[in-house]
Order: sequence, then C-alpha cells, then structure tokens
Amino acid sequence: MGPVANESVIRVVGLGKSYETAAGLFPALKGVNLDIQSGEYIAIMGPSGSGKSTFMNLLGCLDTPSMGDYFLAGSNVAQMAKDDLAILRNRTLGFVFQGFNLLPRMSLQDNVALPLVYAGVDKETRRAKARELLGKVGLGQYAESQPNRISGGQQQRVAIARALVNAPRLILADEPTGNLDSHTSEEIMRLFGELNAEGITIVLVTHEPDIAAHAKRQVKFLDGEIVSDHLTEHAPA
Amino acid sequence: MLKAMLGEAWLAMGANRLRTALTMLGMVIGVGAVVIMMAIGQGAQYAVQQTISTMGSNLFIVLSGSFTASGVRSGSAGAPSLNVADADAIAELDGVMNVAPTHQGTRQLVYGSQNWSSQVIGTTPAFLDARAWNIVNGAGFGDSDVRSSTRVAIIGKTVAENLFGADDPVGKTMRIQQNPFLVIGVLGSKGQNLDGRDQDDTVIIPLSTAQRKVFGTPFLGSVRMIMVQADSAEAMPKVMENVTSLLRQRHRLREGMPDDFFMRNLSAAAESEAETTRTMSILLGAIASISLLVGGIGIMNIMLVSVTERTREIGIRMAIGARQKDILSQFLLEAVMISFAGCLLGLLIGLGVALGINLFTGMVIVVSGSAALIAFAVAAGVGIFFGWYPAQKAARLDPIEALRYQ
Repeated sequence: MGPVANESVIRVVGLGKSYETAAGLFPALKGVNLDIQSGEYIAIMGPSGSGKSTFMNLLGCLDTPSMGDYFLAGSNVAQMAKDDLAILRNRTLGFVFQGFNLLPRMSLQDNVALPLVYAGVDKETRRAKARELLGKVGLGQYAESQPNRISGGQQQRVAIARALVNAPRLILADEPTGNLDSHTSEEIMRLFGELNAEGITIVLVTHEPDIAAHAKRQVKFLDGEIVSDHLTEHAPA
Repeated sequence: MLKAMLGEAWLAMGANRLRTALTMLGMVIGVGAVVIMMAIGQGAQYAVQQTISTMGSNLFIVLSGSFTASGVRSGSAGAPSLNVADADAIAELDGVMNVAPTHQGTRQLVYGSQNWSSQVIGTTPAFLDARAWNIVNGAGFGDSDVRSSTRVAIIGKTVAENLFGADDPVGKTMRIQQNPFLVIGVLGSKGQNLDGRDQDDTVIIPLSTAQRKVFGTPFLGSVRMIMVQADSAEAMPKVMENVTSLLRQRHRLREGMPDDFFMRNLSAAAESEAETTRTMSILLGAIASISLLVGGIGIMNIMLVSVTERTREIGIRMAIGARQKDILSQFLLEAVMISFAGCLLGLLIGLGVALGINLFTGMVIVVSGSAALIAFAVAAGVGIFFGWYPAQKAARLDPIEALRYQ
C-alpha cells in the first residue's frame, strides 16, 4: 500500500508470533507487514489455522508478539505492559465478537456504557452516551431491556454500539455475522458500511467471501503469511 | 466508578440469591457466635469484678495457729497465738494501710419476738476501712468503744431485714446471747462473696466487747485473726514477708521452728478467680473465631466458583478495557460485601440471642461497642483476606483464554 505512514492507524512491521507446543516452537505468524490507513474498511480472510486469529489478537492488543513491531495510532505497542494495553483496548479500539459477548445480567444501556465505566466517565455522561449510541443502531427503545430479551441481530447491534461508545480509532470485528442468518447478516454488514461511510476504520475478520466482499480491501492469510492483498473489485453500492 | 462497581457487586450477589445467602450464613453464624461468646465472657468478668470490688483490695489475713490437745488437733485459729499487741505492731510496718484484729463466730440474735442467727464479727473501726464498707444509716463505732467495750452493734442489710423488718434498726436494742446491744448503724449492701455467702448477713461489734461478752476467751487480748490491708498490690509480698518476720520475732520463734500462725492472701484468690474468667472469656472468643474462619473459607470457596463461572465475563471486561486492578477490585468488593452483610446480620442475631440469654437465664451479659466494632473490622478483614486469592486469580486471567471459555 501507499507509504503514507503518518495517516496509518495500524502499521505492522515483521510481526510474528510463535507458540510453545509439545512438538517444539510453532510459528503461527511469520513476520507480517501491513499498513491500514484511517478510514479504511478491510477484510482479513483465511481458513482456520492460517494465522488470522493470531493476527487479530495481536491487533486487538489482547496478546503480545514474539517479534516485530506494531504501531497503533503512532505508538509501538509490541512491548507495552498489560495495563497500558487495557487502556488502549478501552480508548483506541472497539471490539465486535462472533458471540456478541454482552453481559447477561445488565440492561442494554449498561452494557453499552461499560467501557465508559473503565474510562472513568461520570454516570450522567455514560447514560447519555449509551442512549445516543443505542439510538444510532436503532435500539433506543430497548435501553432498559436485558440482552436475552432481544434477537441475535439486535444483540450484535448493541455490541457494535458498545464498540463505538468510546469513539475508537478503529473497530475490530471478529466473524461478526458467524452466528447470524443471512438476512440479519446483511443488516449488520449494512451497518458497518454506514459506519465506514462516516469515516470509522473497520477491520473485519471472516472466512466467508460474500461477507468479505462488503469490505473495500481484502487481505488473505495462509500458513502464517499474507498471500494476497487487494481492493475489492465489486464494492456494493 | 466505586458506585458503579458497588452496583455491579450487588447485581452479582443477586444473580444467585440462594448461594449468596448460604455463603453469608457462614459469616452470620461466625459473627453471631463471636458476639454471643464475648457478651457472655465479658459478663462473667464483670460479675467477678463486681464481687471482688466488694471484698476490699490488697487484703490478707493472719490466723492464729492450731494446737493439739490429747491428740486432737484444732483447725487454724484454734490456738491463742495472736493478740491485739501483734496487730498494733503490724500497724507500725511500712506499706500497711489498715490492720483489724477480728474475732468472729455465729450467734443467735433476738429483737422483740424475732430471732435470727448470724455471723458476729468483733473488730476495730479499721475493719470497715479495709473492706471499703460504708454505713448507710446511723454511724459506726470508734476506737473508744473498743477500749471501753461498749455494747454497740452495726448490722448488715440482711440482719436488718430479718430482725427488724420495716422498723428502723438504728437506736433499737437487740440481744446477742442475752447481752443487750444498741444498734447504731446499718451497713451498705455488698451482696454475695466469691463462695456465694451473703456478706450482708453480718453483725459488727467492738473487738473487746466480743471477746468479753459474746465469745469469751481464755487469754485476754488474744484474737483469732488479724486482717491486714497493704497500700498497693505491689507492696503485698513485701508486707507479708515483713509481717512473718515480725510475728516470728514477737512470738520468739527460733530458726527451724514452724510458724505459730497462718497467712492467707485474699486478694490472690480473687485475682485467680478473675484470671479464670478472663481465660474463659478468651477461650470462648477463640472458639467462636474458628466459626468466623470457617465462614471466611466459605466465602473464598464460593468466590473461586464464581470466578470460574464468570471467566467469559472477565474476558469480555478485559477486552473492552478493564485493567487487572479493575477486575481485582470488582471481585474483592463482592467478597467484602457478602462478608459485611453477613456480619451485620450476625451482629443483630448475636445481640438478640445475648439479650435472650439475659432475659431467660438472668446471666450477666455485657455487650460493648468495641466488640461490635471488632466484629465489623474482622468481617472486612475476612472478606479481603479470603476474597484476595479468588480476585487475584480473576485479575490474572489471560484475556484470550477467558474470551474463548465456554
């Protein structure tokens, strides 16, 4: 990609990760280079065992690399302490998971507001922000409901609202439609498309080509390496 | 932040009410037991302290020795080896505050148509000082009464009630062994002594009068007992030692000859009684603390289960930005809240049971604010101590592993 380093939200240089196994050191990720610019909508693809999950964990600051550097919004996070990584996850990243991962005993509003609790935001602001984002994903009327009262697609919308609540630099979505039917999947993908249109950077991990087709750029992993990196040919209208 | 976390801890506690209640029960029983045991223990200590304070402090008695006649040995105070002059000599020693030679026995008292058997003590005015015994009605007798053997008497409350009933005893004349005695004063109530004997069932008369008119004595001036009060507990051993050597010298006992008198430290007996109740009190508290410990282990156990059950929740929280200390304080707060709620309930139940014991058995119980405070501090301590390990375990989870946990 282009050499516009100052615009990169993510810049990965020679990033690698190895795991100790009974058979010896297993390299899950073998020195990957990748630049993601602000405002991009990128799909990371590959079969299981290709290293895309490992890569995603590293991007999400949930794990630390064995080698290489990872610049997130300009700062190198490769050797950061655990608590500093937690602060990055809280302020700079927003996660959307395959299993929605809402906390069951809390109202939707409290779920959305949870990252703000860890950011030390006061109660009134938390309420207002959570309401605003629930409205944005079209679920304002369910603010006081519990997660088990709404459908899977709606839960994923709440999860997206939660990912957005701290105004992150990018959203990491790990198989966000994996647990949804095709109709609901389309709705969720449309929501991502809208968010990207507003300028939010989105990194999407999926193994389904028709889901990946929603992204503007597609990166394929195989055996711990990037095997292809190209723009989507028929970006949907 | 704290408020939000308190709310979450409350939610978590409410999520599994039966389990939370059972966990709390351990603390309720523990704290309840500590409160009850401490109330009983402190009550017993208080009761003993009360009894001791009526006895007079730093007292010891010197009893005349035994004698043997035709192979029959009298008990202590059987031989006329002590006399009033001995008492006067003891009074001159350093560290001696009061000396009261006494001669006592049980005699029948008669007033009008009433009669009553009571303990009659012949002594000097110093006796009342040594026993810290005050006169609530009338007056006491003086040294001149002792010198001139006047027939006056000071009576205890029990005697006053049984002999005089509703009448004011002061100024009345009663008889002890046919001898008329003018009642000049009534003593304040002291209640039971450590043996359970009624200390108010007593008549006190001048020593010389007792010897001449009531008991009779083969050797004029001899006494059976001398009560000595030292001016401090520290001075007691030294004073007792000095009295021994003084009496040996006065009785011309040579090296190797046995003492012709006995000494009894009254305060020591009282002290040992107090020590016994103190030990009992500590023992009760210690036993009760074990149940508190068991309650704490219960909390730890449930918190460990809770951490395992909520592994995925911990993973989610970490992913959206919870730091280790956030997770740690969340679980710690939960443990402390369970512990505190249990403690509060235990405190109330403990107080209720303690009051019930007092009401139904009449046992003296003392509930001090400090005991309640200690119970609260211990509960917080138990919550933190036993909550720490599970909370630490939660905080150290790997976010990826935790997120994957089903």
